[in-house]
Amino acid sequence: MKLKLVAAIVGASLALSAQAVTEIQWWHSMTAVNGEWVNDLAKNFNASQSDYKIIPTYKGKYDESMTAAVAAFRSGNAPHILQVFEVGTATMMASKGAIVPVGKVMKDAGQKFDPKAYVPAVAGYYTAPSGEMLSMPFNSSTTVFYYNKDAFKAAGMDPNKAPTSWPEVALAAAQLKTNGHKCPLTIAWQGWTQLESFSAWHNVEFATKSNGLGGLDARMKVNSPLHVRHIDNLSNMAKQGLFVYKGRANTPEATFISGECAMITTSAGFYGNVRKNAKFAYAVSTLPYYPDVPGAPQNTVIGGASLWVMSGKKAEEYKGVAKFFTYISSPEVQAASHQRTGYLPITMAAFQLTEKSGFYKKYPGSDVAVNQMIRKVTDKSRGIRLGNYVQIRTIEDEELEGVWAGKKTAKEALDNIVTRGNELLARFEKANKR
Amino acid sequence: MEKRVYFRSKWLPWVLMAPQVVIIALFFFWPAAQALLQSVQQSDAFGTSVEWVGLDNFRNLWNDETYLASFYTTAVFSGLVAVIGIAVSLALAVYADRVVKGAMAYKTLLIWPYAVAPAVAGVLWLFLFAPSVGVVAYWLNAVGIEWNHLLNSTHAMALVVMAAVWKQISYNFLFFLAGLQSIPKSLIEAAAIDGARPWRRFWSIVFPLLSPTTFFLLVINIVYAFFDTFAIIDAATQGGPGKDTAILVYKVYFDGFKAMDMGGSAAQSVVLMVIVIALTVVQFRFVEKKVNY
Repeated sequence: MKLKLVAAIVGASLALSAQAVTEIQWWHSMTAVNGEWVNDLAKNFNASQSDYKIIPTYKGKYDESMTAAVAAFRSGNAPHILQVFEVGTATMMASKGAIVPVGKVMKDAGQKFDPKAYVPAVAGYYTAPSGEMLSMPFNSSTTVFYYNKDAFKAAGMDPNKAPTSWPEVALAAAQLKTNGHKCPLTIAWQGWTQLESFSAWHNVEFATKSNGLGGLDARMKVNSPLHVRHIDNLSNMAKQGLFVYKGRANTPEATFISGECAMITTSAGFYGNVRKNAKFAYAVSTLPYYPDVPGAPQNTVIGGASLWVMSGKKAEEYKGVAKFFTYISSPEVQAASHQRTGYLPITMAAFQLTEKSGFYKKYPGSDVAVNQMIRKVTDKSRGIRLGNYVQIRTIEDEELEGVWAGKKTAKEALDNIVTRGNELLARFEKANKR
Repeated sequence: MEKRVYFRSKWLPWVLMAPQVVIIALFFFWPAAQALLQSVQQSDAFGTSVEWVGLDNFRNLWNDETYLASFYTTAVFSGLVAVIGIAVSLALAVYADRVVKGAMAYKTLLIWPYAVAPAVAGVLWLFLFAPSVGVVAYWLNAVGIEWNHLLNSTHAMALVVMAAVWKQISYNFLFFLAGLQSIPKSLIEAAAIDGARPWRRFWSIVFPLLSPTTFFLLVINIVYAFFDTFAIIDAATQGGPGKDTAILVYKVYFDGFKAMDMGGSAAQSVVLMVIVIALTVVQFRFVEKKVNY
């Protein structure tokens, strides 16, 4: 057995060196179970043909790999494919000289490419106002709500009835608290889940110009009465110990896995981690909303990342990139990826294939994210794409922390986000006007 | 009498100086010049388009309230790091100097933290004080202190100061120990014979004689707190809660390396450069006068 394996490896490497294999560098930011997924995609693609070899490299968190790519691009060593998070999308789109639109890559390589095959809410986000698709949707996620069924049962609640509205969440939190639970609710990605997705979910503007998709002159709108009401509500919950702040980005996720916090709003991409590591019964549900708001629930916004093709490479290499893209978006591969990670299916075919296979029936809740996204979108809910978004997210974190600490009112914090955010938007508009 | 060497040849002194000059030019002047250049430019993330914007980047900083607030945060942070770092390591050095048995092991242990990378130091302290899993946070809770650096600014500042001080203590300790060992024993013995108690001996003899070392360390520690602590901040608090531990250099790092606003980040480093030059000049002009060599 061992001997056979060695022989196979030797044989394979001989075969590889015999003919010129075009190597394609792919920089990504996927760790743990998602990192294994990325490596498997590359491995399977490499095994499926012999002309190209995809080499996936983990380059740190999303912001770190992007910085690494910028530095590499400036010194002429950029990778072929770069995974960029949604927050960096506007920056990538504005950097026209550094990227090649994915539509062009596919066309030049003669690969069949139909943007209409992609889930509209996903594809629309990565499409320029001109209608050209600029990057390849890859791991798209959205915001969902997870809760600990065992904790619900222990607090005397029906574990199969998820709280779907904010008043119900507050009630459930109070019930958990009375039964001695120290952290009934926590929130990961607070800006993304409580301001950005919250806006789309209630069909209110997060920013003007269709949340930035319509142009660089978009400005923030997060201090509307509804936003103030919601943050005020969360602030009251924080004061009563019903909502416990556990940090920025996805840091709070660990407190759900450990069982410390009973409810959490975070990315749908957290599903794979929960399925593997949670030692309790759990369920996924839709993001809570306010039932008295007309038009709610609408749909939640897209997050996650897409694959960008960097400029300045050889035509032969682009051909390999195009082949790889065709491979990962084929219905079978795409459906398997979706089922494995909890990220959204990016093509309609993959969604239908998964549905037909009975996956959603077998794992209740795994279709929550999909159903939240596959809806008819409005101008207010298509997605959020703003310049200097990394800094705007940080501003959201900073100001919301002021609210949770009881130093600022909801109105003050949201007004600050608008003022500070608008300055950054104006600056981005000025720098990228040409 | 001053000793001087004269070179016959005109170029030999330059050749001998060259390696040093090259290193300084390459690692100090060139980057500084780059920062100056970039601070008057605005470019997109990938540097494909560069535009001259004059003093716009500086104007943006001036109009940013949070940037101005960060001066205060930096002053508090640097002051605490320098004073606590120097005081603690002086105390440790004085006691280490007295140890007879196992002095080597004791000293080695104190020097150890210097080998730890700043980011690792930040994470280490973060683990100890993490509200849900940290050992120290657990003890603090047990004695009735509800530790939460995620939302409590004082706690957050205490955390980063502790990590930064801990990281720098070894360096200070080494210099103080060397300083102490160069103080002639006879002076201390004479004072002891005159009836001066240990406390008196320390303040009247040891401390003044150590003043060149203390002064040097003051300069070094301030520079350290200003420049070398961003990794600790990034790992432990990311500048939060709000902006309460976002010191100037952390914002330089964040804007430049995370948000990729090269112009804004360069402008901030120029401001920082000016501050540190000014501080160093002040220290040499005024504090040095009080130092006995």
